[in-house]
Amino acid sequence: MSMQIAKTLDLKGLSCPLPIVKTAQGIKEVASGELIEALATDPGSVADFNAWCKSTGNELVEQGEDGGVFRFVIRKK
Amino acid sequence: MPAKVVVLGGGVGGTLAANLLAKELGSDAKVSVVDPTGMHHYQPGYLYVALGQANGRWLVRDERTLLRREVDLIIEQAVRVHPEAGTVQLERGGSLEWDYLVIATGARLVHDQIPGLVEGSHEFYSLEGAQRLREALRRFEGGRLLVGVAGVPYKCPPAPVEFVFMVDEYLRKRGIRDKSEVMLLSPLNRAFTIESASKVIQPIMEQRGIGLTTFFNVEEVDPSAGTVSSLEGEKAEYDLLVLVPPHKGQQVVTESALADGPGWLPTDRHTLEVEGQERIFAIGDATNLPISKSGSTAHFEAPVVASRIASLVRGTAPRENYGGRVMCFLETGNRKATVLRFDYEHPPAPPQPNNVWHAAKWMFNRLYWETVPQGRLPENLPMPIPTGRSES
Repeated sequence: MSMQIAKTLDLKGLSCPLPIVKTAQGIKEVASGELIEALATDPGSVADFNAWCKSTGNELVEQGEDGGVFRFVIRKK
Repeated sequence: MPAKVVVLGGGVGGTLAANLLAKELGSDAKVSVVDPTGMHHYQPGYLYVALGQANGRWLVRDERTLLRREVDLIIEQAVRVHPEAGTVQLERGGSLEWDYLVIATGARLVHDQIPGLVEGSHEFYSLEGAQRLREALRRFEGGRLLVGVAGVPYKCPPAPVEFVFMVDEYLRKRGIRDKSEVMLLSPLNRAFTIESASKVIQPIMEQRGIGLTTFFNVEEVDPSAGTVSSLEGEKAEYDLLVLVPPHKGQQVVTESALADGPGWLPTDRHTLEVEGQERIFAIGDATNLPISKSGSTAHFEAPVVASRIASLVRGTAPRENYGGRVMCFLETGNRKATVLRFDYEHPPAPPQPNNVWHAAKWMFNRLYWETVPQGRLPENLPMPIPTGRSES
């Protein structure tokens, strides 16, 4: 399965709730089924992105951490 | 030659920094405050005005009466800072020279970022807005009352939560609570950004029958249909809508090419220097720091900036650092309040709301004019206020 990212959001340095708000805004700009990538440094964003995806029905297809940067890949519903 | 220190903005941060600098440096410095209106607003009071608990006149004072005699007050709009030249340009012509500049210009409300916001919603983030909301509440005879934020970051993060608690009490007193639905629209999956505070707040909301809609990031208001829609694709009907307007940094900051996109100043979290500028400092809402935009933050930052500038004027190494300290009361209605005290390392551990904190908040409201701008409030309060353990 190809993992073509349609849009990347750089949310590093932003604190809660900005990463979620920016993602809610950013995902509007991609089509249904496309992937959006979000990079955040706020540790609280892990729980927030999981809950947000569950609540909105968007699919969290990948998440990870590298050197304090959390990466989330979300497929728009 | 005395050092020239210019402070942009006569709010809590600017006024306190100017007074501390003038007191500390005496004839070694000439301190000037530039403010577009020359009037100082105690912004936490807007909430009480909206709910008919306070008079608007109590919230505004002439800035001159709050400044030390030797501080100059210049009632002018600053339009542009020239960091290389060390000047600030004023709207009505002329410019001021500075050796050290403090930017304490705060945030501005940008209603037009959300379609329908002005026509369809009320706010309590300006004196006029709070007075208009008070009248709208008087006319309110029951129905759906929705409260939320139309953009982040915004000033005084607990304010929408305080508003739902206090409006619940207000509607009960008027005998129309049973005909009303009160709902908080939250951008997250909890009532408040800080989890430990949410854990205290949410059970009280439940107990009072206050609803919570999660992940509702406001996109648009449709005043004719009486609906508000979210980026998440939901739509909610309202009879009375109260939304905190989106905030941005001030134009002078954006014009001076010192700020990021929304107009917040990239600021060193400890020294409060504007990044890349050794002689420019930022205080309060104007910064991009990931902490509360609140008067409390500015109150704790101002002494750090004043001390660092005083050291630089004297040619000694600045020692004071800002540790991210903030302290906010959070009213929960029925004469009760809790308190959030935290810093960069320690999240808050708010106690269960009680009437002592409510009394403390009112004491602070009353003492503000005689203590905070002058730096007379003791740094360490006699009462212990818990913080939590470090998250990291």
